[in-house]
Amino acid sequence: MSNTASGLQTLQTTLEDALGDAVQSSKIAFKELTIEVAPNDLLSVATALRDTHDFEILIDLCGVDYLTYGDSEWDAEGSSFSRGVKRQSDDLFDFDQQSATDSFDGKRFAVVIHLLSVKNNKRLRLKVYCDDNEMPTVASLTDIWNGVNWFEREAFDLYGILFTNHPDLRRILTDYGFVGHPFRKDFPLEGQVEMRYDDELKRVIYEPVSIEPRVVTPRVIRPSEAASEAND
Amino acid sequence: MPEIRNFTLNFGPAHPAAHGVLRLVLEMDGEVIERADPHIGLLHRGTEKLAESKIYNHSIGYMDRLDYVSMMCNEHAYVMAIEKMMDIEVPIRAQYIRVMFDEITRILNHLLWIGAHALDVGAMTMFLYAFREREDLMDVYEAVSGARLHATYYRPGGVYRDLPDTMPLFEESRWNSAADVKRLNFNRGGSVLDFIENFTERFPKYVDEYETLLTDNRIWKQRLVDIGIVSPERALQLGLTGAMLRGSGIEWDLRKKQPYEVYDKMEFDIPVGTNGDSYDRYLVRIEEMRQSNKIIKQCVDWLNKNPGPVTVDDSKVSLPARTAMKSDMEALIHHFKIATEGYCLPEGEAYAAIEHPKGEFGCYIVSDGANKPYRLKIRAPGFAHMSAMDELTKGHMLADVVTIIGTMDIVFGEVDR
Repeated sequence: MSNTASGLQTLQTTLEDALGDAVQSSKIAFKELTIEVAPNDLLSVATALRDTHDFEILIDLCGVDYLTYGDSEWDAEGSSFSRGVKRQSDDLFDFDQQSATDSFDGKRFAVVIHLLSVKNNKRLRLKVYCDDNEMPTVASLTDIWNGVNWFEREAFDLYGILFTNHPDLRRILTDYGFVGHPFRKDFPLEGQVEMRYDDELKRVIYEPVSIEPRVVTPRVIRPSEAASEAND
Repeated sequence: MPEIRNFTLNFGPAHPAAHGVLRLVLEMDGEVIERADPHIGLLHRGTEKLAESKIYNHSIGYMDRLDYVSMMCNEHAYVMAIEKMMDIEVPIRAQYIRVMFDEITRILNHLLWIGAHALDVGAMTMFLYAFREREDLMDVYEAVSGARLHATYYRPGGVYRDLPDTMPLFEESRWNSAADVKRLNFNRGGSVLDFIENFTERFPKYVDEYETLLTDNRIWKQRLVDIGIVSPERALQLGLTGAMLRGSGIEWDLRKKQPYEVYDKMEFDIPVGTNGDSYDRYLVRIEEMRQSNKIIKQCVDWLNKNPGPVTVDDSKVSLPARTAMKSDMEALIHHFKIATEGYCLPEGEAYAAIEHPKGEFGCYIVSDGANKPYRLKIRAPGFAHMSAMDELTKGHMLADVVTIIGTMDIVFGEVDR
């Protein structure tokens, strides 16, 4: 069984032995095994996992942006309680405004892959941190699991992660002609543009958004902070 | 020789057989499809991004709106992921209620699927039959949660409330005469469980009716047999799950293989196809409805005999009882805290999956220790199925596209998220 602790540990040691140095780290948390590999090793590890360890199905692939991981709050002036992002400039095509990355050290983007072995009834999470924060690049897995095609397109669309040798890396979920990668943490929740039908021009036009983010939930709270507040 | 060129056909986004908003760009050679390029995202609402700025409980309602014909199953995966990270043991009665509603939802989903699928292929009556039964199950949804579609019934730690003792009754009005009311209320005299039990007794006969209409129907078979064949190897490669995988002959069902809640105590079988074509998937889903009915029956029996709590007794996670809230200061504070601040999940990441009517539906939560998810990823089965569209339609006729969309059981709420 996949969810017994001993079964997971066996899988962990098997994979660590078989893959050797390619495994940067591996850990078991919440009854799930996660192994971390470097982008360069991804293709060889993935091939080995499919061919010798029977992970036939790629269940899911998604991007994660670690830009604001662990931040309590965007220390916005006033009493902003949101974890949303403030729009920095109304100029839609001002590509220099994504300066948030500059002050961030560490690896910003990760690709998380969930694998399933139907034969052995096991699950595995594979995690790859992209080396370059400006142009995150990972090898495409489309040749190993054909079903990953759209998942990679989605990660590209939403996070701007590039997959080398992907056969058809187009946007998938966002609108035709969309600018930016909406799930990045420095992309505002309410978006950059809104559209409406203009009666005079007789066509749909795009304008900078006019809505203000409305926040109904309080600021981000963590147990440690709550405890220190209680002690004050 | 005249020069023959392929032409491109635009299918949708508002085509009635597109099951919502699908735009298909088809490259045709005469009436044969060379390449299908589905354009999705017309229903993209950014559910995952929205969840990042809300406390955990506030996003349960969003889950209903993903696959809007199997509402409670979506909630289930989400609350299971939260429970996994918080290490919450759900009370046994709540587990039975969840299993029962998962199966009711499965029947709801399959009924809509068969109605829409048959309608697309040309059988009008099925749609009316299926909606007749859906009506009863919708009433059950309404009785327990107050909403017919978007229930928001599951909560981390259990369910929102216990099953009510009475079933709402029809009342006499301008539209319903006394005789109508009497006829409509014939099985609504008892509790909700009695009503469900009555439904499970009637339902197998209804499934027989569907089968008389379709299973040996000449036109139905001509339209479905050998259309959209997927070999077991390809099904695995393409990431297909659920009936799409079982139709190809792979016996894989999370309810059996990685049981959650009380599925390990249930007695049921997994139907498996042999040819991997649309017709086999139809047979698999029909049998799944019968098996679901069997599971519901077992749950009703157990629930009738075993009263108990339906949510964990942990004031940090679940709301206090209404009566306690009115009289007890502390309960009021807890209520306020949960409703506004919510609760914090430990730092880390977890993935929880359930056997959704359409396939494997999973929620992947990354938490940085706050009271809001840092990242929520919804693994929708329809997304993987839709991406196999090109391979499934290649070489088929234009009319078969409709069959293949139908057999994949596509709902755009979950594909686009």
